[in-house]
Amino acid sequence: MERYRLSTLKTLEAESIYIIREVAAEFQNPALLYSVGKDCSVLASLARKAFYPGKIPFPFLHIDTTRKFPDMHDFRDRICKEMGVGLIVHEDDNALSQETSLDDLSGVRCHSALKTEALLTAIHEHGFDAAIGGARREEEESRSKKCVYSFRDQFGQMESEGQRHEIWNLYNSRINQGESIQVSPISNWAELDIWHYIHMESIPVAPFYFARERLVKPDDTNLIPIYDQTQAGIDGAITALCRFPTLERRYCAVAVRSEAVSARQIIEEIVTRRRSETGARTAGRHRDPSIENNKKEDRI
Amino acid sequence: MDINKFLERNLNSALLRISMVGNSDDGKSTLIGRLLDDAKVYEDQPKVAKDNGSSKESSTGVAYHYFSTPKRNFIIVDTPGHEQYTRDMVTGASTADLAIVLVDASKGLTTQSKRNAFILSLLGISHIVVAVNKMDIVDYSEEVFEKICGEYSVFCDKLEVKNIKFIPLSALKGDNVVNKSGDTAWYKGESLLQHLESVYTSGDKNVIDFRFPVQRVSRSGQGFKGFCGTVSSGIVRVGDEVMALPAKKVSKVKRIVSLDGDLEYAFPVQPVTICLDDEIDIGRGDMLVHPKNQPDLTYKVEAMVIWLSEEPLKQNESYFIKHTTKTVRGCVSQLFYKIAPEGLHRQETNGLKLNEIARATVQLFQPLPSDPYARNKHTGSFIVIDPKTNRTVAAGMIIDRQARREQLEIGKDVTPVSRNIYLQGGKIEVADRENLLGQKGVTIWLTGLSGAGKSTVGFELEKRLIAEGRACYVLDGDNVRHGLNRDLGFSPSDRKENIRRIAEVSRLFNNSGIIVISSFISPYRSDRSGARDIAGDGRFVEVFVDAPIEVCEQRDPKKLYAKARRGEIPEFTGITAPYEAPEEPEVHLRTDLQSVDESVDTIFTYLKAIGFLTNHDPDD
Repeated sequence: MERYRLSTLKTLEAESIYIIREVAAEFQNPALLYSVGKDCSVLASLARKAFYPGKIPFPFLHIDTTRKFPDMHDFRDRICKEMGVGLIVHEDDNALSQETSLDDLSGVRCHSALKTEALLTAIHEHGFDAAIGGARREEEESRSKKCVYSFRDQFGQMESEGQRHEIWNLYNSRINQGESIQVSPISNWAELDIWHYIHMESIPVAPFYFARERLVKPDDTNLIPIYDQTQAGIDGAITALCRFPTLERRYCAVAVRSEAVSARQIIEEIVTRRRSETGARTAGRHRDPSIENNKKEDRI
Repeated sequence: MDINKFLERNLNSALLRISMVGNSDDGKSTLIGRLLDDAKVYEDQPKVAKDNGSSKESSTGVAYHYFSTPKRNFIIVDTPGHEQYTRDMVTGASTADLAIVLVDASKGLTTQSKRNAFILSLLGISHIVVAVNKMDIVDYSEEVFEKICGEYSVFCDKLEVKNIKFIPLSALKGDNVVNKSGDTAWYKGESLLQHLESVYTSGDKNVIDFRFPVQRVSRSGQGFKGFCGTVSSGIVRVGDEVMALPAKKVSKVKRIVSLDGDLEYAFPVQPVTICLDDEIDIGRGDMLVHPKNQPDLTYKVEAMVIWLSEEPLKQNESYFIKHTTKTVRGCVSQLFYKIAPEGLHRQETNGLKLNEIARATVQLFQPLPSDPYARNKHTGSFIVIDPKTNRTVAAGMIIDRQARREQLEIGKDVTPVSRNIYLQGGKIEVADRENLLGQKGVTIWLTGLSGAGKSTVGFELEKRLIAEGRACYVLDGDNVRHGLNRDLGFSPSDRKENIRRIAEVSRLFNNSGIIVISSFISPYRSDRSGARDIAGDGRFVEVFVDAPIEVCEQRDPKKLYAKARRGEIPEFTGITAPYEAPEEPEVHLRTDLQSVDESVDTIFTYLKAIGFLTNHDPDD
């Protein structure tokens, strides 16, 4: 490596740390939206680096609109304890009570509707002026035009007219009372960057991401998880070695067949799978093809 | 595949940020799609976002695409090229290492392609790839390609772009995008992707001037105190003596802390935490530098300002200026001119509207440590925020020759000074000298053929200026060629050096407040634009003293044409050496149609209009 040159991962890391520090310095009351997903694991790890040897100067906020997943919550609590950050769990009763009735809606809608609403309530209740999240532009086309600082007006809306032009790395943090900024420090990270960074930095991610035997029902392309063990006998239900490429609400999550039990093996699967699909020329920073059919979750 | 090899390679590969500029008509979406497809990239973004069009919730017109090859990782920042999207282009170009400008071969060079190149050069992009697309429509004609290259090069000569590459391609057919095309056998260069994978950009980084804007002070148990920030430029080492600006307090670097372990040194753009030997009081917005290499610390900067808001500029009203990690109040106190980018033409202006670009003076209410943008993008850039709407309304790039009037030795107790107060003990500045003479230094550069009337006009102008009580001086062949430049002949390189020296002398005169009338043939455009750069754009008036060569030859005051015709003078401009007429002179005289007095009047009117001959009041 050339002298005084940063690799892609180090460049992305530097950019993210700069943004996280800016937020801590320029906002009165920021919070980090912790979703327990892998992108948030990276985000949390970047936040730790940004303030080392000091502590992360803002709390983590978990918008919990899911039904109880004990192992997810254990993982979350352990991470927060290790990092020494305060955790605010916002269990939105309203959202939770609506959950069942939304079961039949598409994953996109139920997830995004519940989460956005719950987030707005939490922001309002706690008076947060900045919410740091793990959104990435590469995740899907609709995100490709997102700002690093997205402005939310006093009604919680993110109108495109309200967005500020982001020139150089001079982010505009000026807002009025009641308005807030949604910050995405890892905007420029691609799926493979995330996994490679998790591997490089040995970042703990939820067990959900790794392969083990799970009860599922296959459809055309994916494996639909069955959480209720009593349904083991239903038509088409099988036990398969699989992992979840994204960790989102169970309604939105599907599993893929996999033997990967480490970040390294997941990268290997992603790259090999892509190579077999696209020929040998390129490898790179791309999403896990397995989530192609399941990328509609709307992480906020 | 070998996963370890893959991981290792990926761990070392660099990131290239590309600004992609063009319209859907030029085939931009097709090209991006082609790059992603043919580079065998997994299609992570199924369809390339439509040009601008329906802007989605919480977005601007800028779209980001990601792909990689075994050699490099790429981010394409995709922005529309139309004039109304200037601000999007500025956004995309501001962080790019390289720009791809799309030109439609079947249409040739358009005003818009020139405009785009100008904005990219303004934003300091040193590598431009001109992708001459739709070569399939013009039958892969080398001639068409060469014509576009030629025209574009001529235009770009006026811009500061280090590296321009022209690539003939067809995004639709895939020619020269990833692989070299058989249809353009005459093209010996690389394909677009090959170029992107190999272009050397590391040299663009400033590793000389150490600048470290403090983002935040970090304190933790056991009395730890450090300053968090990103190294903007330069290298800092443990043990280095550093100075905190604006307080000018000096200390030594004790530790460079990161979670990956303490570092011996840090370079751009590493985020680190710096601990100092002494307990000095600094905070966010302060800047650490090496005491022997300091930025300018001023209350006033001169800058190129791009207006991004529908709401026009309110001159002399207070805005927030965000520069590195510091936000201060400031106002645009003076507009010199605005630029019509397509012809690089300077126009007088008294306002600034959406997408307009002007040269302006920004008055700050607190001093900022800054460098010229050309030298340091991080410390040479700022955004302007409207305090009423909180919107980002402008982007500014600081120019080298700034208003140094208030370049102060700043001590701790300094408060913002009004413009006519001069601190004791400071250096004597240009403005001081100008005030003494009650005028501003300016270079009036007369260019034209021999016999066009430069000397006549020049000396008449001098007479009129002296009569008005102005201190001025004519530089011409007679007083320069026989002394200062007597070692120079008339070859292009000697002519160039001749002009360079004259420009430097003009600058010295101007700095002492004297008006200079430079009267030289100065046949080459590039030399004159070099002279403009030396003298300073804001005080350089190019006057084209124009008359048809027949008229000049007829006048032939020094009988030079006659000699040249007889072959006694080699390289005589207009006969055996070229004269490149100015494309956009500030003043264009036709001495075959105007009298000497009328010519001088024209110059006078212009000088007055741009404010050089108003009575210069130090309290203005």
